[in-house]
Amino acid sequence: MREEKIHQYRAEWSEAEQGKWGLVVDQDLCTGCQACVTACAMENNIPFVGEEDTAYGRAMHWIRLERFWEGEYPEVKATPFQAVMCQQCGSAPCEPVCPVFASVHSQNEKLNVQVYNRCVGTRYCANNCPYVARTFNWRDYDRPEPLNNQLNPDVTVRRRGIMEKCTFCVQRIRMTEDQARADGREVYDGEIEPACVQACPGEALVFGRIDDPQSAVSKRMKNGRAVKLLEELGAQPRVTYLKGGA
Amino acid sequence: MTEALEHSPGHELERLRQEHLMLDPRPRGEMNALVMEAMHTTSWKFKMVFALLSVVVAVCLFGVWGYLIAEGMGAAGLTDPVYWGIFLVNTVFWIGISHAGTFVSALLRVFKAEYRRPFTRAAELMTTFGLVQAALSVFMHMGRVWLSYWLFPYPNERGLWPNFHSPLSWDFLAINTYLLASTMYLFLPLIPDLAMARDRSTGWRKTLYRILSLGFRGAEGEWTHLRTAMNIFAFAILPVMFSVHTIVSWDFAAAMRPGWNSTIFGPYFVVGALHSGIAAVAMVLVVVRATMKNMKYFIRPEVFDALGKLMLIVSMGWAYFFFNDYMVQWYGGDSFTDTLLHFHENGPLGWMWFSMLIFNVAVPWLTLWNRRVRRNPWALFGIGLFINIGMWFERYIIIPTSLTINFMPFTWREYVPGVEAPLGIGTLAFFILLYMAASKLVPLVPVWEVQEGQMAHSLRKVGKETIVSVAEME
Repeated sequence: MREEKIHQYRAEWSEAEQGKWGLVVDQDLCTGCQACVTACAMENNIPFVGEEDTAYGRAMHWIRLERFWEGEYPEVKATPFQAVMCQQCGSAPCEPVCPVFASVHSQNEKLNVQVYNRCVGTRYCANNCPYVARTFNWRDYDRPEPLNNQLNPDVTVRRRGIMEKCTFCVQRIRMTEDQARADGREVYDGEIEPACVQACPGEALVFGRIDDPQSAVSKRMKNGRAVKLLEELGAQPRVTYLKGGA
Repeated sequence: MTEALEHSPGHELERLRQEHLMLDPRPRGEMNALVMEAMHTTSWKFKMVFALLSVVVAVCLFGVWGYLIAEGMGAAGLTDPVYWGIFLVNTVFWIGISHAGTFVSALLRVFKAEYRRPFTRAAELMTTFGLVQAALSVFMHMGRVWLSYWLFPYPNERGLWPNFHSPLSWDFLAINTYLLASTMYLFLPLIPDLAMARDRSTGWRKTLYRILSLGFRGAEGEWTHLRTAMNIFAFAILPVMFSVHTIVSWDFAAAMRPGWNSTIFGPYFVVGALHSGIAAVAMVLVVVRATMKNMKYFIRPEVFDALGKLMLIVSMGWAYFFFNDYMVQWYGGDSFTDTLLHFHENGPLGWMWFSMLIFNVAVPWLTLWNRRVRRNPWALFGIGLFINIGMWFERYIIIPTSLTINFMPFTWREYVPGVEAPLGIGTLAFFILLYMAASKLVPLVPVWEVQEGQMAHSLRKVGKETIVSVAEME
């Protein structure tokens, strides 16, 4: 009986461990050009919050570039750019705390998904996200002409009072999977590119299956430079960072 | 009083009667008249304050809230990463206030503390009205408040239930349970007094009290049932009260954040709630005694003396838990927690951290040991005010100040309140307004409970010594 229990717990744990999609960020290749940030905003219909709210810290990005300075002036040394987006945790802290199941785990894609029309805006998920990867729609933001013409029809537009975050461009994943199914084949490695990966000129971002040991992502994850953010918290993040080689 | 004193030749007897309401009995009819008069008398000052508060509630609470809903949460000062701010500070604060009402009433009733008798109702009213403000503050906090009914476990065609893994769901259920239980606990002892008021009113009041008193006539069987029900509620509501504030603390303690993830938060929050709540009971009693008619007979310095002692003890309890929480977190040596603790005392709001310790610990410890201070109503009012401000600061430090520091230093940002300020003032005004309305609609002193106590007490002479004896009623 006891043995069984232990096995059951182990099974639950390994279920959280095994992922499907993963991202590798090579910080040594990143130039900090912010193309990923822009591409993400375009692809996912992220609102422009305007000067005032941006200055107050409400700028909405699903991916941000972090940069720090070490030491005191004039002896300053910049650290490598660090792109932070939702880490699509296997054991995501944002999921259990939502009182209305707006933050849930997708069984199919093994991604953490946000159900916009279910969200009531308690913002507990954002508090509990150790990566601060979530952004909140503080207001209904205008899309002045002609920006309204560039909205992506594949992505829901969110209204005020709703939490949102990076989805690994799940709309692209589903579209490619559907196409592959229609063609009667498997999705091949590198066929799916989230907007940030597609836009990165330095190829610092690589996306793919982490459950396939032959994929480009899996190979890079075995690199000696690979680290995960705040791994000690046990959230099982799916994003791997490569740094320290340059 | 003179009539009672005729039979007490000794100086000692006179002193005892002046000191204790229980030893200074008056005929039931006279006490009924005193309470009814207090309920019916409305001075022009009362009307002025009532009108002013109504305006404040209409503008600051409902007006500004409407603006907040129409504009979105951006009207508040919240930002990334401080997603929770003064709204939840106020929620925790008001739940804390509401705690003491029930605590003072139920615990003192269970332990048969006699000085409780005149003010149980005044305390219980605070529970209900405080919870109203707490609930309002939660709803203000929600991004899409018009969908808040999704937190209720109601059957729907989509088969969707609330997430019972979420501490917010526990909290929602706990607060609802507490609101229902405390309202019933307020209502049960009110029935005999409503029946008393029914028999002494005319017009719309008579209709109101006839409906509310549920046909209570004071028969033997009715009293037996009422006493049994009250006894069950007094015992049952104590664990409910402890669980509610523990669950409120779990909203924070269950989260994965430096400074919040503390196992001692449950009892720490319960003691904190009692700290602000008992101080608030004392403040309300001071105001009631000073402004309402005939209240000086019912609420005597003995009440403030006893409450002052309670405040001192609870202050010590709070200091113990605060030290324990702080000390163990600091000793853990986690770098984020360490940064946060330094931010508390050394950051831009360091003055708040030090004020919290002065108001919550230094002020009560330096004053309340003194009997003369405890028995001076306005001195106690001042100390209560300090404690309540200190406890509000404590919640502010736990919520927005602690949210400034997280695991991602790049995102650290300070919080500046926006429309939270008028809305906070609005909840305070609404609390006072509801209390003022209630003081004119229901008998604020449970006459039957006072009479029961007075009948149970007697003074006996044993040799030359005067002894107070209390008969066991139940």
